[in-house]
Amino acid sequence: MVSFNILILVALSYVAVLFLVAFLAERRAAVGEANWLRSPVIYTLSLSIYCTAWTFYGAVGYAARSGLEFVTIYLGPSLVMVGWWWILRRLVRIGRAQRITSIADLISSRFGKSRWLGAIVTVIAVVAATPYIALQIQSVTLSLAVFAQSEGAAWSDGDFVRAAMWFAAGLAVFTILFGTRNLDANERHPGIVTAIAVEAVVKLFALIAVGVFVVWGLGGGPVQMMARIDASDLDLWDQDTNRWFGLIFVSAAAFICLPRMFQVMVVENDDEAQMRFASWAFPAYLLAMSLFVVPIAVVGLDLMPAGSNPDLFVLTIPLSQGANGLAMLSFLGGFSSATSMVIVATIALATMVSNHIVVPFWFSLQGDQRGAMSGDVRQLTLLARRLSIAGVLALGFIYYRLSGGGTALAAIGLISFVGSVQVLPALIGGIFWRGATRPAAAAGLLTGLVVWLWTMFLPSFGPGAVIPVAVFADGPFGIGWLRPEALFGIGGIDPLVHGILWSMLLNSAIFVAVSLITFPSPLERLQGAQFVNVFEHGTGARTWSRLVADAEDLLLMSQRIIGQTEAQRMFAREAASQGIPGQMPKATPDFVARLERELGGSVGAATAHAMIGQLTGGSGVSVEDLIAVADEAAQILEYSNRLEAKSAEQEATARALRDANAKLTALSIQKDAFLSQISHELRTPMTSIRSFSEILRDDDLAIKDRNRYAGIILDESIRLSRLLDDLLDLSVLENGQVVLRPQTGPLSALLDRAIAAAGLHERNLTILRDRAAEDIEITADLDRLVQVFINLISNAAKYCDAKKPALTIRVSRTKGQHRIDFLDNGIGIAAQNQELIFEKFSRLADESKAGGAGLGLAICREIMHRLQGDITYLHGTSGTAFRVTLPVMSAPVVS
Amino acid sequence: MKPPAKPPVFLERASYRQRRLGDAAQFLPLLGAVLWFIPLLWATDGPEAPSKSSMLTYIFVIWLVLIGLAALLSRLLPDTDEASDDMRR
Repeated sequence: MVSFNILILVALSYVAVLFLVAFLAERRAAVGEANWLRSPVIYTLSLSIYCTAWTFYGAVGYAARSGLEFVTIYLGPSLVMVGWWWILRRLVRIGRAQRITSIADLISSRFGKSRWLGAIVTVIAVVAATPYIALQIQSVTLSLAVFAQSEGAAWSDGDFVRAAMWFAAGLAVFTILFGTRNLDANERHPGIVTAIAVEAVVKLFALIAVGVFVVWGLGGGPVQMMARIDASDLDLWDQDTNRWFGLIFVSAAAFICLPRMFQVMVVENDDEAQMRFASWAFPAYLLAMSLFVVPIAVVGLDLMPAGSNPDLFVLTIPLSQGANGLAMLSFLGGFSSATSMVIVATIALATMVSNHIVVPFWFSLQGDQRGAMSGDVRQLTLLARRLSIAGVLALGFIYYRLSGGGTALAAIGLISFVGSVQVLPALIGGIFWRGATRPAAAAGLLTGLVVWLWTMFLPSFGPGAVIPVAVFADGPFGIGWLRPEALFGIGGIDPLVHGILWSMLLNSAIFVAVSLITFPSPLERLQGAQFVNVFEHGTGARTWSRLVADAEDLLLMSQRIIGQTEAQRMFAREAASQGIPGQMPKATPDFVARLERELGGSVGAATAHAMIGQLTGGSGVSVEDLIAVADEAAQILEYSNRLEAKSAEQEATARALRDANAKLTALSIQKDAFLSQISHELRTPMTSIRSFSEILRDDDLAIKDRNRYAGIILDESIRLSRLLDDLLDLSVLENGQVVLRPQTGPLSALLDRAIAAAGLHERNLTILRDRAAEDIEITADLDRLVQVFINLISNAAKYCDAKKPALTIRVSRTKGQHRIDFLDNGIGIAAQNQELIFEKFSRLADESKAGGAGLGLAICREIMHRLQGDITYLHGTSGTAFRVTLPVMSAPVVS
Repeated sequence: MKPPAKPPVFLERASYRQRRLGDAAQFLPLLGAVLWFIPLLWATDGPEAPSKSSMLTYIFVIWLVLIGLAALLSRLLPDTDEASDDMRR
């Protein structure tokens, strides 16, 4: 006989101890003296929130009803844990690298920091977890009622409700106190984790104590116990193959996907060593938890009166045997199981609700302007989280009230599991497959949710409660293949297996199919690569490259979110690491990316990204940002290419200028030489003319002398005027004032004219010609052309220094051009002078015997250009050689 | 630009061992699942059917074997966590 009041007292003191433990752990963690908190043992124990009151009490009841099937709930998680290397190691690493705060955050982060996905996952989690929380409330009230009844007081409905309400309210207070005390960057709760570890020990100890009591105290030792099991009516192995498969799968998947498991396993994880230890220690814990389940069930069925609730055997067996202390311990075990599960589940759900529904909603209300920063986000987040905790517990309580707390509720544990498991395809696809896309994740999740609601959740209220009986029989609107328990007309399957099968199949199929046909955004692809290749690169997400944010702005914002001291400490640390202690750190992309991760720890990745985006001048969605950065990079690349091209161009110009300058210098030298030459040339005839004119002025000259002197004056005048004519001719040609008179005539006749006019009679120059080749008609200004020929021939006559000077005239025709080459047998012109001979006033310095003024070739070139032809020095010949080219069908040219 | 160096086709003995340990860690849950599905093959009635206690023993022995193997592997598996430690700051 245990006094109910004593029981309440014990329970309250137990809670007080938990408060104390949590408080002390929190304090030790705050001063950084909590290394033992990170020990793998604590981590493993915290995982035990998987074992809720449903398993503490319910496992025995499950075994009493369905035999060994109860063990599937533990086999699945054991398999997942021993296979940690495969999935959990990856999840934990991703969680740490990306500062994941919840399973909704993980899915949202992976698929491009999508707010909508986070919200969908949150909704699924809340819907699936609510009945489970109701289940915990029920188990605690039931266990309290057992004690009350043992005192002789049968509980009324009102008592149940009151107890449930007090329990829920108390849990809310505890969770708010320790779950939202610090809105820190890591979203870790050392106080809560430690309290849970204590509870894990209590519940294991309690269950083992009851088991030992049953096996050794009542059963007479293990051997006899085994015999008793063999002899019992309990149908241990009546397995539906599908259920065995399905339940192991669902429990394994739920172990990964349940928000509360994700919280303790991934979010609260510190290092891989914890996971390494838990990989075998947690299966061992599960083994210990289930070791005595069958013996307790068998003994309970034997001992307890028929019709008593097997779910409470753990409590009622000790009570019936008068082992009051043990019963009390057992009550505390169940109480621990319920409270630890509810606390963690509420924290996880509240984090998700506030980060993925409340805060983003508030942000969208505020609009995109910077004014959105004006409110105190820290206060908002904390408030949202506290309200969410209260809200989640209230939902659980309401569900408990509505369901009436009957056996229907007990069945909901597995249904709730299947609901949570709908996240699995998106989760596994997200961390192993880079091709998974955001629309696919959303479509898969929604499909799974709808199928689960239709085939499992709504029918769980019983036929006629939510879904009318007619719909169960004939389907909605008479559509037979949509019957909730026989989708696609395939009936006769166990309803649980039916629900698992169709929801997972359709969910996965839609997820894969939509992934294959959609195209991910750049941010999604970036995140996908970081998630899938988490073991290859060690860096976290980094997307901020173009920053205009001031460190001051960032600090202001961070203070609002993570609190003043924490933010300032973080900024000071950053400044120190940048080598500028005591100053404001620079807002480097690295720092901003890290800051975003830190803030993401408090308000979720998508929200943090949006907030930083507002400050850094981005639009809040970094896809555009990324594209802009890429564009900018491309522009810079193009600009530098253009610069390079430009500088090459300038180099070429400079080279040309240098060449021109060299040419000019050479010309200038030539010109100086020429000026002295021409002044000499002008002066010589002028001097003769003057002196002879003076002599003629004297009258006493013989007529013969007078004639001779007059002849000299005439010759010199002719020479002068020829020189001036040449200068004038050149000037006219250069200024383009010349008028050409196109005519047609045979080339040979032109050459004859030129040779005759060149005045070769007194010089010994042999002309070698090929008359047959010269037999062509030329259309041009023939007089001008002859002038060119005369110049070339007389030059040869003047300058050829061979003993027997000879000039070869070759005529050929190529590519629409006539070529007339003039080659003599002299020594030719030195290479460095070949460029200069066509310039005005140029005359080769060493050629003193020249009678001309050095304008001949310049005039020739001007003429040829006017005639649309050219005159060039012909390289590679032994003597001096010029080539005159003329277009074949030279159209009549008018200047 | 030089192409990135290809990883060698064959690993050294030690690295090869570690890779296979990783494989073993991945096969372990598969092994457990197969062993735990074996009871589905057992007869449920008649003289062939195993006793209830031996069924129970089988499940728990497999469990113990898995825990032992997992403990062994957790000691042998390489520590992949070092790289991430500096990242956490």
